[in-house]
Amino acid sequence: MQNNTNILARPPGRLTGGLTVRALALTYLTVILIIPLAVIFYDGLRDGLGGLVRAILQPVAWHALMLSLWTAGVMAVINAVMGTLTAYVLVRYSFPCKRLLNGLIDLPFAIPTLVTGVMLVVLYGPQRALGAWLDQNLGLKIIFAPPGIILALLFITFPFVTRAVQPVLQSLDRDQEEAAATVGAGSWTIFRRVVLPAIALPLTAGTLLSFARAIGEFGAIVVVAGNIPLRTQTAAVYVLGEIESENQRAASSMSIVMLAIAFGLVVLVDFLQTRGEKQ
Amino acid sequence: MIVERPLTNDQRPTTNEHRRSTQVIGPSSFVFGRHWLKWLLIGIVVAYVAVLIVVPLAALVAGAFAGGLAAIVAALSEPDVLSAFGRTLLIAVIVVLIHAICGTAVAWVLVRQNFRGRRVLNGLIDLPFAVSPVVAGYMLILLFGRSGVLAPLTEALGIKVAFALPGMLLATLFVTLPFMVRELMPVLAAFGIEQEQAAATMGASGWQTFWHVTFPALRWGFIYGLTLTFARALGEFGAVLVIGGSVQGQTETATLYIFRALDDRQYVGAYSAALVLGLISLILVLGADLLRGKEH
Repeated sequence: MQNNTNILARPPGRLTGGLTVRALALTYLTVILIIPLAVIFYDGLRDGLGGLVRAILQPVAWHALMLSLWTAGVMAVINAVMGTLTAYVLVRYSFPCKRLLNGLIDLPFAIPTLVTGVMLVVLYGPQRALGAWLDQNLGLKIIFAPPGIILALLFITFPFVTRAVQPVLQSLDRDQEEAAATVGAGSWTIFRRVVLPAIALPLTAGTLLSFARAIGEFGAIVVVAGNIPLRTQTAAVYVLGEIESENQRAASSMSIVMLAIAFGLVVLVDFLQTRGEKQ
Repeated sequence: MIVERPLTNDQRPTTNEHRRSTQVIGPSSFVFGRHWLKWLLIGIVVAYVAVLIVVPLAALVAGAFAGGLAAIVAALSEPDVLSAFGRTLLIAVIVVLIHAICGTAVAWVLVRQNFRGRRVLNGLIDLPFAVSPVVAGYMLILLFGRSGVLAPLTEALGIKVAFALPGMLLATLFVTLPFMVRELMPVLAAFGIEQEQAAATMGASGWQTFWHVTFPALRWGFIYGLTLTFARALGEFGAVLVIGGSVQGQTETATLYIFRALDDRQYVGAYSAALVLGLISLILVLGADLLRGKEH
């Protein structure tokens, strides 16, 4: 998701292709994007905001929403730390197989999320060697439990933070870091005082985007977490269940909450990136 | 000074890159040359990537091949599986064709034209990246489902949208909308309007201008955007599950087959179909990256 404010700021020239193309484009966006978005708000807000709040506060719905939020939160924290570290190592150090490592980071973008879920089930499933061993010896359940959800989310969103931070780290002037080192600052102090402020904006933007992406994730989670209400059912899986049992009120309410979170985060990230460009 | 080493550091060598490689033994070795710290950090990252990405990937390969190659071939040549993959391919091809035309039009209009609500529309383009696929499918159920808002209209026209191919196409179009548009917009903006205007001044029609002037400049972005769209369309799961209903032999795509096979404990089928789908997507995206590298 790149920022386009500077593209839009460029004054468009005179119409050369005319209104036909505009009509095509706008009709297309209306059919594909705007009508579907509108209908969900129309349906979900038919009984007012009160009905929506009541539907969300049902124990099963509330638990699903909270599970999505907290697992996404844990993922975001780990991703922020490990993503920054990965970007830092890739930019600052040279070591064997660095290119391979750099390529592996984009892998989650390419692999369908359902396939990601299957991978984790093959590896950690209760009937599989590693899954059974972890369960018996460490009492650690991964599949059909929150750790599986967090692992799946980490896999899927791995590129977000690394790819946001990497270019900024690369363009960073290293004179300041060297100056700090000359006056005797330790590596950690240099990182905290010099590097971190410079990458703060892209780091925040990447982390928020990964969070937004995680809230809606379905394919990887549904196979890894299963669908146990009040235990491993996340918001997206909850919506699926309510659609299947034709409980439109509940499905629409949860959908609107998820849309609102996604939309709010996208707007916030856009704002942060615009600020970053101005600096 | 030091001998210039081959630059393995990075994908895109820049002037900065040269500076960095000379500084490895320069003053910064003093800062970053704490060897134990360097290798500790590298070790942490490599271990993290291995546990998170490489080991699960290897597990999938091992799982698929557990019964040998013959079992994979047998599982994948079931008529059900072939028809599911065929349906996925069909959807992906149609989606790519539609986005090739409409996605390009959207990008062109958003960059070149000025109208009310352009900024809002531009913001909305990114939304499918963040909207849950389940919600995307559900929107279409609300429109075209049994008691859907537009159901009377589609019934009158005799078109079946929900639980049929048209609905799955709409869902996949929604989910893949940003790829093409976002790939083309920066290219269009960088290309500028001067050449288009020059062509128009010389009497070229709008279509001639686009085909002979604008499109050649867009070509690589176009191919890259379509490849990403195709790869994403192949892997779509949540949205087509909701709107398609996953009826075996009718609306079952490759991802939906994997999901069903997993549920039915047909592990060889599930794992090998997942492996094939993952490999196809991977090759497509890697190929697109190579193309992009060539272009720069």
